[in-house]
Amino acid sequence: MRLWLRCCLVVYCLEVAAVVVAAAAGEISPADKRSGLDFVSPETRRLQEDDTSNPGMLWVLDGERLWREPAGAAGAACAGCHGEAAASMRGVAARYPAFDPAAGRPIDLQGRVNECRSQRQGAQPFAFESQELLALTAFIAQQSRGLPVAEPRDARLRPFIDNGRRLFRQRLGQLDIACADCHDDRWGERLSGSLIPQAHPTAYPLYRLEWQALGSLQRRLRNCMIGVRAEPFAFGAPELVDLELFLMQRAAGLPMETPGVRP
Amino acid sequence: MRSMINAPKTARRGEVIEIKTMISHPMETGYRRDSSGVAIPRNIINRFVCTYDGEQVFSAELFPAVAANPLIAFTTVALRSGTLSFAWTDDLGHTETATIEITVT
Repeated sequence: MRLWLRCCLVVYCLEVAAVVVAAAAGEISPADKRSGLDFVSPETRRLQEDDTSNPGMLWVLDGERLWREPAGAAGAACAGCHGEAAASMRGVAARYPAFDPAAGRPIDLQGRVNECRSQRQGAQPFAFESQELLALTAFIAQQSRGLPVAEPRDARLRPFIDNGRRLFRQRLGQLDIACADCHDDRWGERLSGSLIPQAHPTAYPLYRLEWQALGSLQRRLRNCMIGVRAEPFAFGAPELVDLELFLMQRAAGLPMETPGVRP
Repeated sequence: MRSMINAPKTARRGEVIEIKTMISHPMETGYRRDSSGVAIPRNIINRFVCTYDGEQVFSAELFPAVAANPLIAFTTVALRSGTLSFAWTDDLGHTETATIEITVT
């Protein structure tokens, strides 16, 4: 009887120890926070750091043209209201997704661009992952390059950040894996040969060598969901925006890098 | 197609200069199929030429293994002030061109 009790006690202690380890592995401490750029090869880093070899700049240049081009029934260009993007758009991408009072929920940068198109320019919204939407968001986000991602201060965002955190920790798909299992607990380790980064979305939209194109954060999130054999949320789904919001809040303080280059 | 050229604007006579070019192009290999199973026809940039005041100083033949948005970097010798012209030609017969001026002292 005493031996049995002792065994139970040992098992219990082990469980407590396991729980403590799991908690310690949880959220990344501010001192350990690192950009995804720290996890790529030196060659890929050089591609990103030199604008003349960064393929994302092709989209940025396209976006600059679109910024000045009148569109829609109103015949207005982005530049008509917002002027020079270098001044008016500096820091904007670093504080998105932001709260949209009209919708009563957060809106991401591509959502905002499309809202401006449909409501102010009287134009058709751009399709998700279209050349135009990626180009404009890349151009706008590039204006924030080097600025730290802002900590969201709007209290109305709280419940949506919490939902994003819940989704980040939610096990998904046939592999039954949560985002946090890799990006909180196993960053720096390898997943089939590739280094697992911390999942800070500071360089989006970014050029993935695997895509051979620029892509949005939503595309990347859907990729990971397909990777764990889950049904991905549709482009523009509120869940994806909440995840984007949570990830940006989690990355607060890291510098913006758009357009990034990743393997 | 949209291109970017990075080359020095000025150079000394006889100096070796590096020129970096990049162009947006899907470089469709011809080996892929779309979601309904239909083969996507090959469309790659198959030739790149750089001329210096009309004289060819560099050319390249490209193949389907080259990634999208090809970056081509090469060197040439700065001989005189003049124009460097670049031309990329793809399988559809479209040619994209760009020019830059260089001042040689």
